[in-house]
Amino acid sequence: MIRSELIQKIADENPHLYQRDVERIVNTVFEEVTNAMARGDRVELRGFGAFSVKKRDARVGRNPRTGETVHVEEKHVPFFKTGKLLRDRLNGKA
Amino acid sequence: MSEKTLTRMDLSEAVFREVGLSRNESAQLVESMLQHMSDALVRGEQVKISSFGTFSVRDKSARVGRNPKTGEEVPIQPRRVLTFRPSHLMKDRVADGNRS
Repeated sequence: MIRSELIQKIADENPHLYQRDVERIVNTVFEEVTNAMARGDRVELRGFGAFSVKKRDARVGRNPRTGETVHVEEKHVPFFKTGKLLRDRLNGKA
Repeated sequence: MSEKTLTRMDLSEAVFREVGLSRNESAQLVESMLQHMSDALVRGEQVKISSFGTFSVRDKSARVGRNPKTGEEVPIQPRRVLTFRPSHLMKDRVADGNRS
């Protein structure tokens, strides 16, 4: 499933909404999650999962091609943990 | 870092502000998005949202695990797990936004 298919499914279920509004709604939700993480916030969607930000410490890395050592700065990365209900559903338990 | 936790309510509030729908309908739309994504994943489909990220289902085979407290061996059944791979855009925005 890709973004446009998700938009189509929601549009089909809501014939009273304009397609362009459904697009805005779907885009707003994803945008909001990204914005929250860019601020360092978590987004917890019970039953689905939680998006959070993890800190990766600075480290000395190595260029795999040349073997040269390089300093890698501390950075923050997005992280997703699957919710219990979805995890159970994936395994036919709910 | 502010470390706030957003929930479905915050997402539907954003939808409410963005489009002129009732709060109730905004909440239902957020719920139905999550439902469609979950259903696709349960069917084994990948959910690929451009400029956001990709959710995919992976099969893990059975293995022998260990209770870290007691050291006891426990069999772990084969299972399906969900992984999320953030897009480059998301990675960049999260890295830039949290730079100290």
